[in-house]
Amino acid sequence: MSGLRLLIGAAAVLAALLVAIALAVGIGEMPIAPATTLAAVTNRIGLTQIPLRRIEEAVIWDYRLSRALLAALCGAGLALSGAILQSLLRNPLAEPYVLGISAGASTGAVSVMLLGLGAGTVTLSLGAFAGALVAFVFVILLAGTGQAADRTILAGVAASQLFNALTSWIVSTSANAEQVRSVMFWLLGSFAGVRWPDVWLASGVVAAGLAVCLAHARALDAFTFGEDAARSLGIDVRQVRAVMLAVTALMTATMVSIVGAIGFVGLVIPHAARFVVGPGHRRLLPATALTGALFMVLADIASRLVIAPQILPVGVVTALVGVPFFSVILYRARSAA
Amino acid sequence: MSIAATDIRWSSGGAAIVQGVTLEVREGETFGLLGPNGSGKSSLLRVLAGLRVPQSGQALLDGADLHRMAPRRIARRIAVVEQHAATDIAISVIEVVRLGRTPHHGILSGWTAADDRIVEDALARVDLTYRRDQPFHTLSGGERQRVQLARALAQDPTHLILDEPTNHLDIQHQLEILALVQALPVTSIVALHDLNLAAMFCDRLGVMKAGRLIACGAPEDVLSAAMIADVFGVRAHVALSAHHGRVHVQFLR
Repeated sequence: MSGLRLLIGAAAVLAALLVAIALAVGIGEMPIAPATTLAAVTNRIGLTQIPLRRIEEAVIWDYRLSRALLAALCGAGLALSGAILQSLLRNPLAEPYVLGISAGASTGAVSVMLLGLGAGTVTLSLGAFAGALVAFVFVILLAGTGQAADRTILAGVAASQLFNALTSWIVSTSANAEQVRSVMFWLLGSFAGVRWPDVWLASGVVAAGLAVCLAHARALDAFTFGEDAARSLGIDVRQVRAVMLAVTALMTATMVSIVGAIGFVGLVIPHAARFVVGPGHRRLLPATALTGALFMVLADIASRLVIAPQILPVGVVTALVGVPFFSVILYRARSAA
Repeated sequence: MSIAATDIRWSSGGAAIVQGVTLEVREGETFGLLGPNGSGKSSLLRVLAGLRVPQSGQALLDGADLHRMAPRRIARRIAVVEQHAATDIAISVIEVVRLGRTPHHGILSGWTAADDRIVEDALARVDLTYRRDQPFHTLSGGERQRVQLARALAQDPTHLILDEPTNHLDIQHQLEILALVQALPVTSIVALHDLNLAAMFCDRLGVMKAGRLIACGAPEDVLSAAMIADVFGVRAHVALSAHHGRVHVQFLR
């Protein structure tokens, strides 16, 4: 695909993302027109001085916009994590949720929250990060370095079960009734209650993650034919693997600590992006991040429209899209073997 | 510009695979490595390529210990073609060959016209320019092998290590690939199964048996009926070919 067409495509997805964010801001008990949202943003930046209703402006700034932006960041971060894991483990089914890394992050976050280790955004994230790393190590030790696709997935299943059980255990032994209800939140994900500090944290982590991954784009390309091939192309395999796995764990953990475990975004989006821009990581990674952002904002919109005025957990929406996709890849991987 | 091994021992999972191999490959020569399956050829090649760290002994590139060199420095000197290169990723042929330029680029350096020229040249040398934009995984085994050789050439190495590069090739391409490797101005180490091809194209041969290098020298000195009976367990008649003047092996029943 030529550079120009790629640029036009990227611009189109970016435009679609902005429109989707404007639409997402409009949904709720008080519907808000996209034009109002646009005006509120340009007013705040200082470009315009359009008179708006106070309450609308407050709803946009205090609740809706932070939620929509966080959905975009979350989609970008999880999709990016999926792309990295698929390349590094050479496994088309790898992604944070399937490998149990999201479950580990949930356990870490819930432990911090309920065992009284503090509940600020940063401490929650650190807990989630520790949990994600433990889950990662667990999966890699269990699957071994042979990296047969099915072994890695089985190890991921074991990790998911283990850490979800631990989460439920911690919640049911140390939480009150109110907190027990929130276990659903950690298991399925929700964008409710997102505030600006969450957005700042997530945007910092995603921006840094994308930058580090892009710096390793050539190294990731070199993994196409496996670790020995990467090393014979001059890649310090151990170092690249450690850095990339840490970045993946950090991005996943940050998202899980803010919105809970959301599955299958990391699976679906990288494949779709690879299909359009090809396997080279210098194009694949930005395309994956952008598409992931768009997908998650749309999923959030869907989660609020399907059974309105009630809200479906967003993880239900991504799973309903992701599981059929997962099945197709699994089937194709099996027939290729 | 030579590669050498001094008393290399390498074992995996408690089994000794390479047992005390000492070897020096001279600058510019094509060195053939023979031996039955499981004799340790591939493992020795990986040690010599810096991909495995021997438990004892050293692999040396121009006298410097390979395992103290940065992977990128090694990759600018030594290119490797593995026996089976497989991937699930839908990567095109030209993109595979471009991977060969990896060790010549840092994080910030951009792709240049010179890189493009080297890559296209490499693909032309293995005669696959017409497959340029096809997905790698749709090629036949032999074509994949040739693409990997093109990738190795794009690395612009001084040393080439090939593990049974003729495995999946038809006879025409077996001859072509080995003639190409022999004609390249690089030092090559090639593991081969076919004794006659080895005799035709290699300057010197080494023979491995159960992890040890049991013979090393010119083809006419190494290939003998006694050696073939000992190492491969078959009877053979060895004579000089009237056609190309090299040693020729005929197997007997």
